[in-house]
Amino acid sequence: MSNFFNKSDLTRQDVDKLVSETLNNCDDGELYLEESKSESILLDDNKIKSSNYSSDLGFGFRAISNEVVAYSYSNEISKDSLKNSSENLKSTLKSIKGTYNHEIPKSNKKFYKDINPIEQKTLDSKLEVLNKVNEFLRKKDGSVKQVTASFAGEQKSIEIIRSGGESLTDVRPLIRFNVSVMLEKNGRKETGVYGIGGRQSYDDYLKNDNWKNVCEEAFRIASVNLESKPAPAGEMKVVLGPGWPAILIHEAIGHGLEGDFNRKKTSAFHNLMGEKVASEGVTIVDDGTIDNRRGSLTIDDEGTPTERTVLIENGILKNFMQDRHNARLMNTRSTGSGRRENYRHIVLPRMRNTMMLSGNQTQDEMIKSVDKGIFAVSFGGGQVDITSGKFVFNCTEAYEINNGKIGSPIKGATLIGDGPSILKEVSMVGNDMMLDPGIGTCGKAGQGVPVGVAQPSILIDKMTVGGTKI
Amino acid sequence: MVKDQEFLKLKASYCLDLAKKMGATDASVVVGHSISETVNFRNKSLEASDRSDGLALSIETYLGKRRSSISSSNLLDENIKTLIEKCFETTKITPEDEFNSLPDKNLLSKQISSLNLYDQTRFENDKKIKYLKDLEEAASSENQIINTESSFTENKSNFILANSDGFCDGYKTSSFTTSCVTVAKDENSMERDYEFSSKRHLSDIKQASDLGNKSAEQTIRKLNPNKIGSEKISIIFDKRISKGMLSVFASAISASAIARGTSFLKDKIGQQVFANSINVIDKPDIIKGMGSQNFDSEGVNSNTLQLIENGILKNYLVDTYNGKKLNLQSNGRSGGTTNLYFENGNISYEDLLKKNLKSLYITETIGHGSNLVTGDYSVGATGFLVEDGEFRYPVNEITIAGNFKDMFKNITLANDLELEYSVNSPTMMIEGMTVAGK
Repeated sequence: MSNFFNKSDLTRQDVDKLVSETLNNCDDGELYLEESKSESILLDDNKIKSSNYSSDLGFGFRAISNEVVAYSYSNEISKDSLKNSSENLKSTLKSIKGTYNHEIPKSNKKFYKDINPIEQKTLDSKLEVLNKVNEFLRKKDGSVKQVTASFAGEQKSIEIIRSGGESLTDVRPLIRFNVSVMLEKNGRKETGVYGIGGRQSYDDYLKNDNWKNVCEEAFRIASVNLESKPAPAGEMKVVLGPGWPAILIHEAIGHGLEGDFNRKKTSAFHNLMGEKVASEGVTIVDDGTIDNRRGSLTIDDEGTPTERTVLIENGILKNFMQDRHNARLMNTRSTGSGRRENYRHIVLPRMRNTMMLSGNQTQDEMIKSVDKGIFAVSFGGGQVDITSGKFVFNCTEAYEINNGKIGSPIKGATLIGDGPSILKEVSMVGNDMMLDPGIGTCGKAGQGVPVGVAQPSILIDKMTVGGTKI
Repeated sequence: MVKDQEFLKLKASYCLDLAKKMGATDASVVVGHSISETVNFRNKSLEASDRSDGLALSIETYLGKRRSSISSSNLLDENIKTLIEKCFETTKITPEDEFNSLPDKNLLSKQISSLNLYDQTRFENDKKIKYLKDLEEAASSENQIINTESSFTENKSNFILANSDGFCDGYKTSSFTTSCVTVAKDENSMERDYEFSSKRHLSDIKQASDLGNKSAEQTIRKLNPNKIGSEKISIIFDKRISKGMLSVFASAISASAIARGTSFLKDKIGQQVFANSINVIDKPDIIKGMGSQNFDSEGVNSNTLQLIENGILKNYLVDTYNGKKLNLQSNGRSGGTTNLYFENGNISYEDLLKKNLKSLYITETIGHGSNLVTGDYSVGATGFLVEDGEFRYPVNEITIAGNFKDMFKNITLANDLELEYSVNSPTMMIEGMTVAGK
């Protein structure tokens, strides 16, 4: 655990006193301290292209009264700097008085270990894996024209100091291993990308030469796309495969259920609490408590222990995701969803691991039931317009379905739908729920945070496929 | 106050000296300081204020053809020393790459001309509050507007770039950015739209009420949208979307994408890639330009480049490393384009709307549907159906798709270019794309 003050001119008592003085007349707030160490190593075009190490240290001081949030951050931890920030907060909130809420739930459960993944594997052995990936793929097939492979690792230590001197801490490891391959055949080029990761050491993910599986999957996706035909355009039935395609849930439903948009009534869901927003049999949770997952957190960035929040139960909207600020203004409690990218950013209610739970049908039944439609297996990114509810995501591996049979692969196309109504179009829920491989980053208000998703196969009766073939 | 040149130079030379002392054959360093203050408003009252004060340092050390880098926000000498040691240790075991080197000394920028990129005016938070009040007052004057959010950010930055070949220069920049997001509602729908203004100098920022009015007007006209059928239709891209086509083009001609072979524009120098009426320029020395620079991120002098001349691709965007790979000299584009724009077309905006009996006018796209390897493009879109040159009704929940190779050759530009941002385009029409709707 980092000691944030031992190299500064501050004692722990100074800090506690300043934090209490600053926040006493506010409704909430904290001093957030963060130290992160990160590395990224990239092999590209047959070479180790870059090897970067980065260390970052800083604080963010936040004071909230009524609806106003004052925030100040700096990467200099010193008496002067902290005092400046305190003055800054006080001057913003000078005319608004609050009553500090000292209550914060406690838990002693931890969902990952206090490790530094960067130091648990030598640079040499990381370089060796990357070189092996390059060799393996280039030997595998003459069509391989480009290979990119990378390691990214991070350890983030945080401390939250609240008024009254209460302190909450967490140490968060995170790694990601990624492979991208480009193939060229008969003048056509296509790429395939695959990655794995989470909150354990590199070797936990790479044991038994698991890097080979990552390579095979990237290669398989690229090969499928080399044979792809133009995608159809228009409304049709869509079968989504299990796992990563759950970014549909993340975009279509997840963002719209974040507390801030609903407090401000700018989400298409804000007046639907308790209403039926999905077909029967559809249950969606946002869970920060799954061991070692990319989206899991022991405590959120306000110090609240995370939990498994039921968002939609059997089709009915049950809960929004809340941080302390929005929860207080909506007279409810935080769901441990307060997150920030780093000390430079304010806390927002965010997703963790967003999952649709299994039903009892099979993927086979779904495909067989479709006369004309598409089967989407893998995706790139997605995006949503919270207010209109319209969302998109991009297929990176998809096939035609004709008369109940999977046909040719189709080119990457965007799928578009309407968040509040899409889950009512779900007519079958599979029994094959799967977690994604640990690669998701969610962007909101310019802040990226690691997240996870999961779902079983599902059949959507009507969705617009953005291909070029009419 | 943002740190002065002397302070940053001192830190930079400390880093270079230390790297040399440890045995690095070459090194380069960037030290920067940035202060920014933001005020956020919502429904005509203060919602948040945010002040940031950040130092940043990044160093690259070379041992012959081996290279690695570190970055940090902690500028204490003791911490810098530990990091440079770590960086140099990593450099020693990083494999050689024959293309690694500092930029050619002859290409380095020799002198800095004043581009007027820094406005020292301090716009106090109270004044930001007044500005946002006026803005939201205007934005919420129509009763269909049910939510307004706006912000004003003032930023002052300074940096020094130095390398072991003796380059050591940098300059201050400022920016003032204000934006407004409005939500409108009627019985059938709820829609959101926005407007913003971003300038180097405070006095160039748009009037608060103009910004608010424009955002509200753009939002209200989106209410009660229809979905249209799937068809081939000519598509008109509003200026705020058409400039995105230039960003895609810029990514596709970066030397790194070309050297890696992952661009649909590889090996196209000297060939027709746009319609023959199209010219694309990248001009780094526009006074007060949002993308203006005296030199690129390696210190290389950057001059105006004609990227497309009468539809023909003339230049890639070349940095030192990828330039060596391609056997090309750096043209000062490490870090990308500067002020990039399409030259005006020769048809008015009104005539462009009337050019076809029916077209689709796009004001927003969502999704990441640009594939630079294949050129395939497919994104979600919102906009308006245009008939006989008139906006008929709003359209949403559709996608538009095509391939950049064809799209670029079917572009018609209006003559309404304004050089406002770092990427700028007139209104654009592209024929032959597919809309997917009902």
